[in-house]
Amino acid sequence: MKNFWKKLYDWVNERVQLDDLVKFMGKKYVPVHRHSIWYYFGGVSLFFFVIQVVTGILLLFYYKGSSDLAFESVQFIMAKVQFGWLVRSIHAWSANLFILSVFVHMFSVYFEKAYRKPREITWVTGMLMFFMCLGFGFSGYLLPWNTLSFFATKVGTDITGAVPVIGEPLKIFIRGGEDVNGATLSRLFGFHVALFPGIFTILLAVHLILIQRQGISEPMHFKEKNPSEKKTMPFFPNFILRDLLLWLLVLNLLAVLAVFFPADLGHKADPFSSAPAGIKPEWYFLFMFQSLKYFPSHIFFAEGETVGILLFGAAGILWLLVPFWDMKSSRGERNRFINYLGLFAVMFIIILTFLGWRS
Amino acid sequence: MVFDLDKPVRKNRRDFLKYFLGAGLLGFLSSIFYPLFSYLKPPVQGEVEVTSVSAGKLSDFAKDSGKIIRFGKKPVILIRSANGELRALSAVCTHLGCTVQYRKDLELIWCACHNGKYDINGRNISGPPPRPLDPYTVIVKGDEIFISKIS
Repeated sequence: MKNFWKKLYDWVNERVQLDDLVKFMGKKYVPVHRHSIWYYFGGVSLFFFVIQVVTGILLLFYYKGSSDLAFESVQFIMAKVQFGWLVRSIHAWSANLFILSVFVHMFSVYFEKAYRKPREITWVTGMLMFFMCLGFGFSGYLLPWNTLSFFATKVGTDITGAVPVIGEPLKIFIRGGEDVNGATLSRLFGFHVALFPGIFTILLAVHLILIQRQGISEPMHFKEKNPSEKKTMPFFPNFILRDLLLWLLVLNLLAVLAVFFPADLGHKADPFSSAPAGIKPEWYFLFMFQSLKYFPSHIFFAEGETVGILLFGAAGILWLLVPFWDMKSSRGERNRFINYLGLFAVMFIIILTFLGWRS
Repeated sequence: MVFDLDKPVRKNRRDFLKYFLGAGLLGFLSSIFYPLFSYLKPPVQGEVEVTSVSAGKLSDFAKDSGKIIRFGKKPVILIRSANGELRALSAVCTHLGCTVQYRKDLELIWCACHNGKYDINGRNISGPPPRPLDPYTVIVKGDEIFISKIS
């Protein structure tokens, strides 16, 4: 058996020089310091993405993307297909944990200033993937075509319409018409299973290649140390094995959550019924949803909502471009402002999410 | 006398660990692949078994013509010959399952997929079909035609 693997390796190696890759992997080190734990969230996010792709493809085998059949097909998956409830529940749970893990990954990279030169492209691709995750969440939410998802999509797309100039055309583009109906479902279905995964995969490839090529970022306090004082761990196999162990734990967590708290389906969407009381967006949109409630209906000439959306848009762009305006960190100087801004953002998100959840 | 107890014990321990981990891995993999393969198996859809269907009015059905009738999930071809006789046959070609049609010009049942031919009684007479078409019973009550399975 050993002989077989050796022969197979040699066969491939002779053609594509695997030795170079093994040598390259062997030379890669992961810095070990008190914040090393945060390095694992990138890998965990990647794992969630893989889970989403696998369970998503499985759901596609039975899901029907039309307003007449979507709800019934999900019902069929939940009730008739063996382990269908498990696959759908894992998809739903993994989606939520994916976004949570991406939040943690993004903030940890931010606070470590790992985005600084020369890793600007890694940061930008990561941020674009973060926005896409929210897009995945938004588009996937409508697919079961139940009352909650129907009204959440109505409200969500309506907010898009408040953006000046491009808002209205954008809203009509997303809805596939004036209203949320079967056309919207077809569109968001297309986004969710074809357009977004395609773009996301390209971004992910760039992101991962850059990480391999540039190595894992050393935090500033670590970089200043003498090379003899720097503790490191080989990427392969030490770090990879730890990653794998963590993935195994995460998979178990998903299984437990899916079994004990399976995803529910609710009632089929009826465009001519009233919105149910206490309707709320998914938790990751809650802080924005809640903040918009505090804006007065008019601020000077503009609508309060429009101002709110523009502020969130501006904050998002500033956040996306942080490597380009935080020059101090790139020069290796400490930039406390970045920390305060980050802390403010974290507190803001947590507090408003809590308020939104309680209301 | 010196007992070398160490070696066999260690070997046993190692074997135990090996089987323990192996069984764990096997259990883990089956807990993933069992649900996965079960999921992929299409669920059996309960359906009402059809034994008889109405095929419309005799007066609406021209001589020397044929039409496809839906019999449960399967198509059945109903033919009225030039002399007014009615016949019902399975419309599923016995070659590769295409749906056959009545050809007025040939006075035959013809399958477009591979030029299979059956005579009006469903006997395979030319082309690739290996077997005749399964016959159904035709009953006329008043003006209405009924097709039923041959029990």
